[in-house]
Amino acid sequence: MSTAPTETEPPRGPGALGARETARWAWRQLTSMRTALVLLFLLTLAAVPGSLVPQESVDPVRVAEFKAQHPTLSPWYERFSLFDVFSAPWFAATYLLLFVSLAGCVLPRSRAHWAASRARPPAAPRHLDRLPVSESWTTATPPTDVVEAARKALRSKRFRVDVGAGVGGGGSVAGEKGYLRETGNLVFHLALLLLLVAVALGNLLGFQGSVLVTEGSGFSNTVAAYDTVKQGAAFDADSLVPFTVTLEDLAVRYEQNGTQRGAPRDFRAQVTFTGSPDAAARRDVLRVNHPLVIDGTKVFLLGNGYAPEFTVRDGSGEIVFSGPTAFLPRDGNNTSTGVVKVPGATPTQLGFQGLFLPSAALHPTRGPISVFPDDRLPRAVLTAWTGDLGQDTGAAQSVYRLDTTDMTQVLRDGRPLAQSLAPGATMTLPDGAGSITFDGVRRWASLQVSDDPGKEPALVAAIAALTGLMLSLFVRRRRVWVRATAMADGRTLVQVAGLARTESESLAAEVGEIAAALRTEEA
Amino acid sequence: MGSESVAQLSNNLLYTAMAVYAAAMYCYAAELAFGPRVRRGSDTLAAVGASSGAPPSYDDEGTPVEQGADPTGRSERLGRIAVSLTALAFGLHLASVVARGVSAGRVPWGNMFEFSVTGALAVTGVFLVLLSRREIRYLGVFVMLPVLLTLGLAVAVLYTESTQLVPALKSVWLVIHVSAAIIASGILTIGFAQTICYLVQDRRERVPADRRAASFMDRLPAAAVLDRSAYKMHAFAFPIWTFAVIAGAIWAENAWGRYWGWDPKETWAFITWMVYAIYLHARATAGWRGRKAAYVALLGYATFLFNYLVVNIWLVGFHSYAQVG
Repeated sequence: MSTAPTETEPPRGPGALGARETARWAWRQLTSMRTALVLLFLLTLAAVPGSLVPQESVDPVRVAEFKAQHPTLSPWYERFSLFDVFSAPWFAATYLLLFVSLAGCVLPRSRAHWAASRARPPAAPRHLDRLPVSESWTTATPPTDVVEAARKALRSKRFRVDVGAGVGGGGSVAGEKGYLRETGNLVFHLALLLLLVAVALGNLLGFQGSVLVTEGSGFSNTVAAYDTVKQGAAFDADSLVPFTVTLEDLAVRYEQNGTQRGAPRDFRAQVTFTGSPDAAARRDVLRVNHPLVIDGTKVFLLGNGYAPEFTVRDGSGEIVFSGPTAFLPRDGNNTSTGVVKVPGATPTQLGFQGLFLPSAALHPTRGPISVFPDDRLPRAVLTAWTGDLGQDTGAAQSVYRLDTTDMTQVLRDGRPLAQSLAPGATMTLPDGAGSITFDGVRRWASLQVSDDPGKEPALVAAIAALTGLMLSLFVRRRRVWVRATAMADGRTLVQVAGLARTESESLAAEVGEIAAALRTEEA
Repeated sequence: MGSESVAQLSNNLLYTAMAVYAAAMYCYAAELAFGPRVRRGSDTLAAVGASSGAPPSYDDEGTPVEQGADPTGRSERLGRIAVSLTALAFGLHLASVVARGVSAGRVPWGNMFEFSVTGALAVTGVFLVLLSRREIRYLGVFVMLPVLLTLGLAVAVLYTESTQLVPALKSVWLVIHVSAAIIASGILTIGFAQTICYLVQDRRERVPADRRAASFMDRLPAAAVLDRSAYKMHAFAFPIWTFAVIAGAIWAENAWGRYWGWDPKETWAFITWMVYAIYLHARATAGWRGRKAAYVALLGYATFLFNYLVVNIWLVGFHSYAQVG
């Protein structure tokens, strides 16, 4: 698994081999470059469905929608973990095999490289003039001086140098340079192993919690406080840093004009937070790309929406519900949907579902919609249900959906009761069943807290990989030899030759430079 | 000048640059078509004479010109004009990109239109740097063509008015992450063009020289030379792409609290990285060098284009800033 040229061995069948040899054969196959290429291809291919099929880990809402739309296909997708490709067994099998293959290739190479970088550069071949790049000339300087000069010249060019015996009273110098190419290559691959460990560390010990916070309210950093939590198998809930955050105000600005009208321009969440229990409350502004850091834990602003405030009175005139209810935005103009559940109403429980429109308009075909994301003309369009909310069964219920199995829709004149309410307006249910008042609207922010102990090791691994990669691609490994031979006429024959072990065009120039340096020294 | 008139100036400069690019492309093409039938980077002379079925070429007066020579220096002049026009178009293009940035008050790569325009600028920029260092004029047509196609796509389909950024993009990492992606894509585009040339040339070279029909391909370097140049481009772009992915991960950690989330854009950046990694490995594996490795490089470019066009527009994810229209 490397870019270094490898010797190819003819594949041998396992037929006549013993168990031990079969294992050796299998190991050699697994760690061969061809197998590595196939595994790289497979891993690449395996990632593709993860981008085309909605992923549970990326967007669970879209997964649910997909399942509703494709009832026959979805069970098959589930059988092959296609909604969770990146934690699927077959995906893990692919990358684990790849990493085993990588380790099996890189570890022996590391040992070999360690030995090679301490060994002497290989002695000069007999026929230097047969190498791809070579030069020769004669000089009056004695061979020992030529060898010494060559040694110095190569040393000054940072070659690893070894002086050896020459032919008939002469001498030779062998130089090798560019060991960093292989070092870089090995560092790159070992860093990828480290990256895998860092990712695993994050999956094992990491924590991610997200919570929806309405203006004026807050949350504390405990597992129970979050709406959704992802935590590693070895995550310790007591390791969460104690703090509380309160959302004071969420300021939102949108593009007012032009083709980009309605595009978000700025989100600013004004928060107060308290670190350790006895610390004083502090204020700060939380923005996208500017997380809040509390004692090393980061709090991110991920999304926002509207929480209309309602007051519900039941048939006896008692206030049975009052406060903001988060509605979820459904389009770019924040046409939002949500429900209000009033289990405490008498004589029957009450449920309301409907739309919140920050800038309401009536679309000829789609009906009531919002035409701008900011709250310029807020309206709540509601329908009402009476009966059993179904909360006593113990089954988990979504706070954004009304389970109407045991409920009846409230009618007026035989048609479903639906009313568009301006702030302050009240919809009264027929037959004295109660009323709901739209008091006003607040914004909510979805905040996320992340703790990934693997992220620093991952960054270190990534930087090491990049550095190693650059060394392995840009450093050239080459050998240069200089041989000085005493000739019969008393003069010295000097031969300089080079051999590049990688694709290179600049070796000739380098050998030329060394030759020129030797000649000037003699002059 | 108000920011709107600067944006208008940027558009006008871009249209002018496109016209000059087109002129440069025709000059490169003419150089290839009318130049001497001598293969650069190789001492092979291509087939000469009627027996090979090659049409004779003629000079302005209609006199047949001996093939294998450029007595008037006409094609050389065309080539030099093409390079000058490329430099001029690059200047206009650069001015357009700068004006766009000034009009919006930020880096000029905040949406797909701007990414395309700046990406095309990177392609020409890389090509000009290469022109100043080595004999690569033969590639002119194959560089001008993708540049013009990208710009055409940008102005016709992706055009977006110069506006502010959405909050998700307001970060110093937009400068670092996206500029690295743009530079890498510029180099990869050149490598892609060379790989195509290599594959065509390699096929030609399988036909014995004396039975080969004359073609402008004779003026391109030998297949082995093209293969090596393409490798250099890819080897140079790969660490930059790696850096772009790492910078993106750091940004994601700072914006969303996780450095890798298999968002479609991230997944395809990974796929592109993997395919080019396979290419680099394939080039060092016996039985994979040459054409097979070249096909892997083409596949790598295809995944890059998929990420740029299909993922941005069709696949929903955190990176949906395309704002087309």
